[in-house]
Amino acid sequence: MMTDQLLIILALCIPTVAAILIAVTHNNVNLRETGTLLSSVCLIFVVYNLLQIVLAGDQPQLFLLKFLPGLAIHFKIEPLGMLFACIASFLWLINSIYSIGYMRGNNEKHQTRFYICFAVAIASTIGIAFSANLITLFIFYEALTLSTYPLVTHKGSEDAMRAGRAYLGILLSTSICFFLPAIIWTSVLAGNTEFTSGGILDNEMNHCVIFILLMLFSYGIGKAALMPMHRWLPAAMVAPTPVSALLHAVAVVKAGVFSIVKIVTYIFSPALLAEVVDFNLLLYLAGVTIIVASIIALQADNLKRRLAYSTISQLSYVILATALLAPISIMGAALHILAHAFGKITLFFAAGSIYTATKKTAVSELDGIGKVMPWTMGAFAIASLSMIGVPPTAGFLSKWYILQGAFSVESWFAITVIIISTLLNAGYFLPIVYAAFFKKPSDGKKLDYHEAPFAMVFALTVTSILTIVLFLFPEIPLQLVKMLVGNMI
Amino acid sequence: MDFLGTFNYWVVVILMMIGLYIVIAHQNLVKKLIGINIFQTSIFILFISMGKITGGTAPILNEVNTLYSSPLPHVLILTAIVVGISTTALGLAIVIRLYHAFGTVDDDEIQQEIE
Amino acid sequence: MISSHLPVLQVILPLIAAPLCVILRQGTLSWLLTTLVCFMSLAISSCLYDQVMTEGVISYALGGWLSPWGIEYRLDKLTVFMLLIVNGVAAIVLLGARSSIPNEISSDRLYLFYTAFLLNLTGLLGVIVTGDAFNLFVFIEIASLSSYAMISIGRDRRCLYAAFKYLIFGTIGASFILISVGLLYAVTGTLNMNDIFQRLPDVENTRTLTTALVFFVVGVGIKAAIFPLHLWLPDAYSYSPSIVSTFLAGTTTKVFIYVLIRFIFSIFGYDTAINGGTFNNLLMMFACAGILYGSYLAIKQDSLKRLLAYSSIAQLGYMLLGISLATEAGLAAGLIHVFNHAIIKVALFLSVVTIIFYCKTDSIIQLAGLAKKLPLLTSAFLVSGLSLIGVPMTAGFISKWYLIKASLQSGYWGLVVVIVFSSVLAIIYIWKFIEASYFKSSEKELVALNEDQKTPCLLLFSLALFVIANIYFGLDSSFNVELANAIANDLFRK
Repeated sequence: MMTDQLLIILALCIPTVAAILIAVTHNNVNLRETGTLLSSVCLIFVVYNLLQIVLAGDQPQLFLLKFLPGLAIHFKIEPLGMLFACIASFLWLINSIYSIGYMRGNNEKHQTRFYICFAVAIASTIGIAFSANLITLFIFYEALTLSTYPLVTHKGSEDAMRAGRAYLGILLSTSICFFLPAIIWTSVLAGNTEFTSGGILDNEMNHCVIFILLMLFSYGIGKAALMPMHRWLPAAMVAPTPVSALLHAVAVVKAGVFSIVKIVTYIFSPALLAEVVDFNLLLYLAGVTIIVASIIALQADNLKRRLAYSTISQLSYVILATALLAPISIMGAALHILAHAFGKITLFFAAGSIYTATKKTAVSELDGIGKVMPWTMGAFAIASLSMIGVPPTAGFLSKWYILQGAFSVESWFAITVIIISTLLNAGYFLPIVYAAFFKKPSDGKKLDYHEAPFAMVFALTVTSILTIVLFLFPEIPLQLVKMLVGNMI
Repeated sequence: MDFLGTFNYWVVVILMMIGLYIVIAHQNLVKKLIGINIFQTSIFILFISMGKITGGTAPILNEVNTLYSSPLPHVLILTAIVVGISTTALGLAIVIRLYHAFGTVDDDEIQQEIE
Repeated sequence: MISSHLPVLQVILPLIAAPLCVILRQGTLSWLLTTLVCFMSLAISSCLYDQVMTEGVISYALGGWLSPWGIEYRLDKLTVFMLLIVNGVAAIVLLGARSSIPNEISSDRLYLFYTAFLLNLTGLLGVIVTGDAFNLFVFIEIASLSSYAMISIGRDRRCLYAAFKYLIFGTIGASFILISVGLLYAVTGTLNMNDIFQRLPDVENTRTLTTALVFFVVGVGIKAAIFPLHLWLPDAYSYSPSIVSTFLAGTTTKVFIYVLIRFIFSIFGYDTAINGGTFNNLLMMFACAGILYGSYLAIKQDSLKRLLAYSSIAQLGYMLLGISLATEAGLAAGLIHVFNHAIIKVALFLSVVTIIFYCKTDSIIQLAGLAKKLPLLTSAFLVSGLSLIGVPMTAGFISKWYLIKASLQSGYWGLVVVIVFSSVLAIIYIWKFIEASYFKSSEKELVALNEDQKTPCLLLFSLALFVIANIYFGLDSSFNVELANAIANDLFRK
């Protein structure tokens, strides 16, 4: 038992210690980077050990401190959190490798601040993943917002400052205006805020109140980018690409949808919501977000902007799947967090490596680039397939479960949305792949670019291969999500 | 509750309003202090007139006078007068320093100089 | 032996020390004496805290004259709670005064500043411990007169105008309180608070009593700067020497909130005071208006001190809001915020004092890029600012939590909206400075650092203490929360 707790503490401390190490070694660049890599390897090791424990059916927990009567900082590792922690810790390593290539390749300033904030953001993400009550979740949620702000404003230009203000403004104000009151309201209604399987609210309560609470949570968690609270995500794209890749495709946004899934399953319980909520507004909001975001993505010429809107639409897949309230669709939601993480990080890696090698950011400039950057664009193609949901990629797996869930509750709306958006996904990703490999450069000149630095190419190759591997060998994630919904069936 | 029975309160209220009006309406800082003084005086009268009983004498213990006024309000008002005088003194001291610093004791002019 | 006389020593000690300062006529010596007195005073109040917690209410007959004839000092849990806040703020702020005050007050007036400071402390402590309504008025005037003097003592000539304005407002406020005391005396024939409380039921529902209540609330509203009676506060805080603003922000307004609570619960009696709901609904309206107004105006300020002054008006609204909920949970939330706001605002003001010490300005525009030069100082401001906003793990969060919870329990959804909205406004005004100091690179050398200044160790020490307190009471709030709950429980049972 002691070792479980030690492992949890280690998982939280390693990124924090890494931040301190980075700060101390800021004079020696190589030592600093070694520190980052070493600590991410250590983190993976710790998380792996925890994974074994969770797979064995245990749920290790840890009380840290009690700062209000009835409210404590409390960690408990349940399957969904474990899955999220695995994604975050593994991708931190890959992303660190990539960052080193990117930051050096582009001669970015303030690299030490960059790595410190990054490590702190990872620590907060782990905190979110392992939180056992709403208040712990909220604390780390806010810490994640604050620690990523300096990354968004990294460039320090007027544009970056404006984007940073939008980022902080939307995320902080939604969390304080909606999320916090919802938490306090929950604690007033239920007496506590612990995540309990089967939920802590029951249908004795006013149905209208439960519905309002659900909406407060959905919009209070601004990180889930449910429209119209999505503006911060495109704004955050001014950040350096590794930030967009790990934080705004994985850690931050996934923390948002992860929190929603966790709250729906452990605070409300799907059974309660299915019984109480007559009009499933959340489902429709998510559906509209998927379609509208996809259409905007279709029109965006800036590659990162297109990816950002694609992220918004994919996040709403998770919300949609959760809002279907069928166990199997919630499995799909959890799997989609995983599948989308690997797919989208690859896409961002590719965008960053194109930028590093060619300084190009627009989709329309990419004609013929596949010939000079085959690895990058190859990975881009695989990830695009995963986004669309074509086998043999991880994206197919999650979409399969979500569709199955939609059929099981006979939600024709959800099915229609998924089909239309799949077409739209194909519409905005495949032309890029086609142009990169089969079109000639528009001005007819031969392109004299090379592949990006090795570290970057290595990282994006690994993630794209993993997208396929996850399709072929999905046992561990499947086992985790089955444990998640196990008691619902 | 005829008018004459409560006329001390009328005096108090009228004095108080005169004092407040001066404080609000006059721009001259010294006049504001005068207004404050009138205002405070009205409160002193309020207290003292409350302690008066018709036919009552000073509270000296003997066989003849059994009806006497409460001495407490007088004592309180002595204290309040001391407080009032200190306030006035401090206020005037500040006005003098304001005059040295700004060359005027006019509220508006000082405000203009500050902005 | 001496422990039975602690209540009076609490007040007498600074009172005796004040003229001693005048005799000393020297800045450093006066500072030593004042600091010594403040720490002794703090020690006395902790002893009193102990006594009250173990033995219950202490009643001390001044000069041996038993109440209701003599003046009674009456100490209950609420009293010691306030004593601890005022003494704690006074002692630690004074430590910091050593380094910063010579920059803002000419050296030949230093001893006068310390005299006024001690008198102010006497007044505030007296207001808290006394159980006699007229005595309370006298102490209010002692505190007020000395604070006018403290404000006007600075080098900046604008402080004179601020002090005069405060004097006019303050005197009217105190006179209103005096009228109220007079009317209470007229209907009950006594000045002892407890005695008045006992006799009031006989004269319930008389017009005199209502008038007394109205005069009292308006008077104390002016003194406590409750919106819309706050007009003196922004000038007084922003033009006075910065350490004076720090002290005033941490103590004066809170003491008057205490007076409000004391009169409502221990004199008028709760049922009389709420008067069928009219009274607390009015208070609630003004509290909400004050919260929004203060937060909104704070955003528009460029001077940090003025920004914090407007923020104080908003924060006073929170305390009032708690009281106006008219429930035990609400009152406890208000009291928790009295405590937490004291440490938050003092920490913020102390960081501004330090900024002014180094840079000679508190204008946000001129302080762009400050974080590069004084990283620790700006992070101290950041931490206390986050606490003001109410970020978890800071003291401010605890207040917000209990306030929102209390409003939800009473079913006031609207209040929750006001509280969270003003938190968002707080983010904007705190972030204004953080963004300027961290992320704006000044084109020219805007911040003129006084590099030759000696490091103000004591000032930094007191700042650090308050910043740490902000985090400590965010993590372990059992002390203030339990005490506040116990106080609220006592007051409602009475």
